[in-house]
Amino acid sequence: MRLRKLLQKVVDNFYFKRTTYSIVTLFGLSILIFAIARVLPGDPARLALGPRAPEDVVERYRALLRLNEPIYIQYYYWLVDVFHGKLGVSLVTFRDVATDILEFLPATIELIIFTLIIDVAGAFILGVLSGRKPNSLIDNFVRIFAYAGIAIPAFVWAIILQLVLANWLDLLPAYGRLSLGIEVKRITGLITVDSLLAGNINAFIDGIRHLIIPSLSLAIGCIAQEARILRANLIENINKDYILNLYSHGIPQSIIFFKYALKPSMIPTVTVMTLDMASMLGNAFLVELIFNWPGLSRYGITAMLRKDLNAIVGVVLVIGIAYTLASILIELLVSVLDPRVKHKR
Amino acid sequence: MLLELTNLHVHYKSYWYVFKVLNGVWLRVRRGERVGVIGESGSGKTTLLKSILKILPLNGMIIRGEIKYDGKDILNLGESKLAEIRRREVGMIFQDPMAALNPVFKVKDQLYDILKYKMISEGRNPSKQELYDEALKMLTDVKLPDPERVLNSYPFQLSGGMRQRVMIAMALTSAEKLLLADEPTTNLDVTIQDQILKLIHNLVIQKNLSAILVSHALGMVYQMTDRAYVLYAGDIMEEASTKELFEKPKHPYTQILISSAPRLSSKGISEGIKGKLPDYRNPPAGCRFAPRCPYSMSKCNTIKPEPIELNKEHITCCHLYG
Repeated sequence: MRLRKLLQKVVDNFYFKRTTYSIVTLFGLSILIFAIARVLPGDPARLALGPRAPEDVVERYRALLRLNEPIYIQYYYWLVDVFHGKLGVSLVTFRDVATDILEFLPATIELIIFTLIIDVAGAFILGVLSGRKPNSLIDNFVRIFAYAGIAIPAFVWAIILQLVLANWLDLLPAYGRLSLGIEVKRITGLITVDSLLAGNINAFIDGIRHLIIPSLSLAIGCIAQEARILRANLIENINKDYILNLYSHGIPQSIIFFKYALKPSMIPTVTVMTLDMASMLGNAFLVELIFNWPGLSRYGITAMLRKDLNAIVGVVLVIGIAYTLASILIELLVSVLDPRVKHKR
Repeated sequence: MLLELTNLHVHYKSYWYVFKVLNGVWLRVRRGERVGVIGESGSGKTTLLKSILKILPLNGMIIRGEIKYDGKDILNLGESKLAEIRRREVGMIFQDPMAALNPVFKVKDQLYDILKYKMISEGRNPSKQELYDEALKMLTDVKLPDPERVLNSYPFQLSGGMRQRVMIAMALTSAEKLLLADEPTTNLDVTIQDQILKLIHNLVIQKNLSAILVSHALGMVYQMTDRAYVLYAGDIMEEASTKELFEKPKHPYTQILISSAPRLSSKGISEGIKGKLPDYRNPPAGCRFAPRCPYSMSKCNTIKPEPIELNKEHITCCHLYG
């Protein structure tokens, strides 16, 4: 009886439910992307071996990849592989896709984490500055910055920043993850973490310096959008009765603003932030290309162009997992900010 | 005289338009007096109350006029002096208790801060325990059952009546001289309305507060106030002692308003007043009621009627008596 109750509790648990749904979603996603990758025009075996390979070699390679089998048989074999921790062989690197992803993912994750730090700081500072005094001088500066930030794509920012900060002012390195001559033993694949683990402060600083321009160019668009959302919500909320009520009791303005108006205004911004974070995994490829950053987006785009079947499926699944985690994270953050969500669940 | 408003003009600005809402309103509250303001929805009643405490939304602007509270000029008072008045002397009950309580904070968060700053301005530095005791006392005063649970609840976990009681408790922490009540029962069930009204009535008498009661519930104003003002489209139409206003209304608007209120003795539903409130962006130049008034004359459309003193306690703004 007690066991049954415990079981019931686990099944009713929100995170258990969410994880179960997520697994089903990812399963569906894998079927979909598996099919789409194979429906795309072009012969993967021919592309992998090049135009000069003799036809019988290509045919044998095709048989090796089981491309002649019906698609559900192919999917079955792929799924068996997945349960053995493999994602199939890449047609470009000729290694297992899982190994490839593990190699390229940390660079992108490091980039995204750093971007997120800049993004959160920038969006909140600018949003609060402009929301505090709407239509003031500061607000108008932020407005111009935001329009530019939204209108100009990340890869253009990347080139501009590279040109100004690295080339003209020579403040920061223009590309790469580390300067020549500095090496860090790979443990997690995140250079900042690995250098700290090795106790190498110079490498840590060098890693950070390499991160600044690429993260900044990725973050600017997000900051612009999120600062505007925060501003709009702040302005809407400070005119609400629950704020005027506190004014009517003579509570200091700073407490009203930073405690009572900011918290409910943060909810939409935090939601957008988390989604932006997930989408960066797939959208960062131009920035990764420009900065010669050995990340997952770049790997994914190469896979698409070369019709590297298993790599496409693998990368899309990783992005899918990122979105699933992001949506769980959103639920978590929003339920912290807004008690109504938690209690309705 | 505790509170005296003269010739108050309040506008709301949007990006394209200016909404000229209050159009030279006056209002007087003597010490210990209960004053009512009646008028239909959208006639500027809430704006009037919010102006008194200077808590209009950002786009609301007091263009002209004077607000004298206890001899002090509210509109030219420094921020700290104004805070003193807001913390210790004047309190306001908002119309919709759901909208007036912050949805993402517990009742105690909001109530503690209100109490804390009131006590600070009394020269005390309250501890958590003092705040807790005081908050519990405030909630018990408004007859809330299980005040401890209420303190630890979020507003959405309370019923409408409970929320309004919390709202009243908050207003009473600050209202030691004047209570502003903005339609305190509009958003409640009929059965709860009566309880809340009695509660406010008892508390006002018990604490000997002056009060302004704003409402479109005429019966409530009749029962609870000494004097009443009729507000229509941002203009005072008539001022009289409550008894006289209800028994011998002079202004056509007041007459129609009072006769259109449903009564148990009347058969069917009354016709109400034809037409609707004027557009505040471009209000009538003369009497703002003229477009709907059955007695309107040509000069009503062009000349704004001046207040006419019919007797010492009865003032009306209508060309019929001029």
